Amino acid sequence: MAKFKEKAIQWFFFLNGVFVVIVLLGIFALLIFTSIPAFKEIDLREFLFSKNWNPTSYVRPSYGIVSMLISTFMVTLGALLIAVPLGIGTAAYLSDVATSRVREIAKPIIEILAGIPSVVMGFLGIVLVGPLIAKIFNLHNGLNALNGSILLAVMALPTIISLSEDALKSVPQSYQQASLALGASHWQTLIRVKIPAALSGIIAACMLGMGRAIGETMTVLMATGCAPAMPRGFLDSVRTLTSTIAIELGEVPYNTTHYYALFGIGLVLFVITFIVNMASDIILHKYERKR
Amino acid sequence: MFKYLRMLVVASMFLTSAANGNAQDMLQIKGSDTLINLVQRLSEEYMKKNPEKYIAVTGGGSGTGIAALINGKCDIANASRLMKAKEISQANGRGINPKRVVIAMDGLSVITNARNSVDKLTVDEIGKIFRGEITNWKEVGGNNMPITLYGRQSNSGTFVFFRDAVLKGDYSQRMKRMNGNAQIVEAVKQDTSGIGYVGVGYVKDAEGINVVRAALKKGMEYASPLNPYDVKSGKYPIVRPLNQYINGTPKGEVRNFIAFELSQEGQKIVKEEGFYPIPDEYREFNEKSMR
Repeated sequence: MAKFKEKAIQWFFFLNGVFVVIVLLGIFALLIFTSIPAFKEIDLREFLFSKNWNPTSYVRPSYGIVSMLISTFMVTLGALLIAVPLGIGTAAYLSDVATSRVREIAKPIIEILAGIPSVVMGFLGIVLVGPLIAKIFNLHNGLNALNGSILLAVMALPTIISLSEDALKSVPQSYQQASLALGASHWQTLIRVKIPAALSGIIAACMLGMGRAIGETMTVLMATGCAPAMPRGFLDSVRTLTSTIAIELGEVPYNTTHYYALFGIGLVLFVITFIVNMASDIILHKYERKR
Repeated sequence: MFKYLRMLVVASMFLTSAANGNAQDMLQIKGSDTLINLVQRLSEEYMKKNPEKYIAVTGGGSGTGIAALINGKCDIANASRLMKAKEISQANGRGINPKRVVIAMDGLSVITNARNSVDKLTVDEIGKIFRGEITNWKEVGGNNMPITLYGRQSNSGTFVFFRDAVLKGDYSQRMKRMNGNAQIVEAVKQDTSGIGYVGVGYVKDAEGINVVRAALKKGMEYASPLNPYDVKSGKYPIVRPLNQYINGTPKGEVRNFIAFELSQEGQKIVKEEGFYPIPDEYREFNEKSMR
């Protein structure tokens, strides 16, 4: 009987694992098969290289994703520029500088940050960050790429901090002891020894944070103004791939070119996040093998 | 093991039956963001008089409401625009026969910041501004200041109506796409260079904004959407009916609720919410739909 139970549990977990893989493959297949019909009517070159997206145009529908693609990358890049230094700094502080009392208080707070609903972040973007940006840069309004970047940075921070901290913690104690014994200061040990040793873990943390930022929808939809024009800078309104899907999927008649094109955008997004996650996974494994 | 399995089966049965049970005597209304406050208020008053009834009113835009009606997911679709021929044929294809009832009139209002000196425009000028052909306030008699456009997202009926009736072309790609009427009012209030368009129900108590007086052509008298007589006589040029679509001749609860909306009491609420009561021509039209 005990043996049977053991086997059953094994099968249970095996089936769980298989199920997740099947779901993932299913999503991928669905995205591919529902986006293929779009390209019967849309020229693939138009889709990938034109910057006009206006499927419900008064004059002529157009289906180019370039400005949305650039918007997505801009917002994500901006978020990383803010979140990476802050995140690594916080992680280093938590793992090396902070007393255990501080750590015990700070860690749960950072984890709570991860639980703030994205719609609340978007709301903060409209009423707090936006007006602030408008004031600082003397603009007429603050609904722009910078606003989205700041909010996404805040949302990516918990991921970056906790994973980087794990990476720093798993650096063997002996490294630190050896460095200190050789007369290096605490700071030098951190910068020259610990962070380089944990670098692949930290990079993977940042990549995961990036994945989070690329896929985020509600916050950017609310805070970036969503103008479909090609952005001219970070103080311009942008419209990301995700917000386009969110705005248009609700109203689109099923099984039309527009409908399939939205799935095409979904496929592009899926491929981007897949690459980012894949890359972070490869980096993490490289790190594990080294040890 | 079997005990857990049994529990799982029972739990899933309970869940599915709960999901089926509720939908029966609840009225689902979905759609236009312009209409949502009004219809919510109407349904509250209706539920006060009929405490055993329950009506759920949600937004999402006219396009979303119409799509829900076509997909059989709501009883009444609020729409601030007319259904397109394509949508009607699609509905017919699914055995749904949309009937239209007009529940109120709207003087679609163009708004600017209170500190902007421009307070009257022709329809032609408004069109040029939103198409992106006029980009500075000095071109329409204001200060030398670039114009910032605020509009709705493409699932909005107001977006479509304004484009088809006023622009007769595509919106400027630089127009910011906001989530709803209230967000446009809020943005224009904060932005001295802003201009936007919203249902008249959203401007009656708003402070910090100008409601632009409009004329059909240069040389004609300018009129305000806040003046009931000018809206009724058509002197104010941007007037539209606010509609509800239902499947077939209304029966049962749907019919009772619509009758309440069209009653004197219902139309009084329409006025209190800042919109205008239905004129005689639409009364006759409604009677035909109800028959």
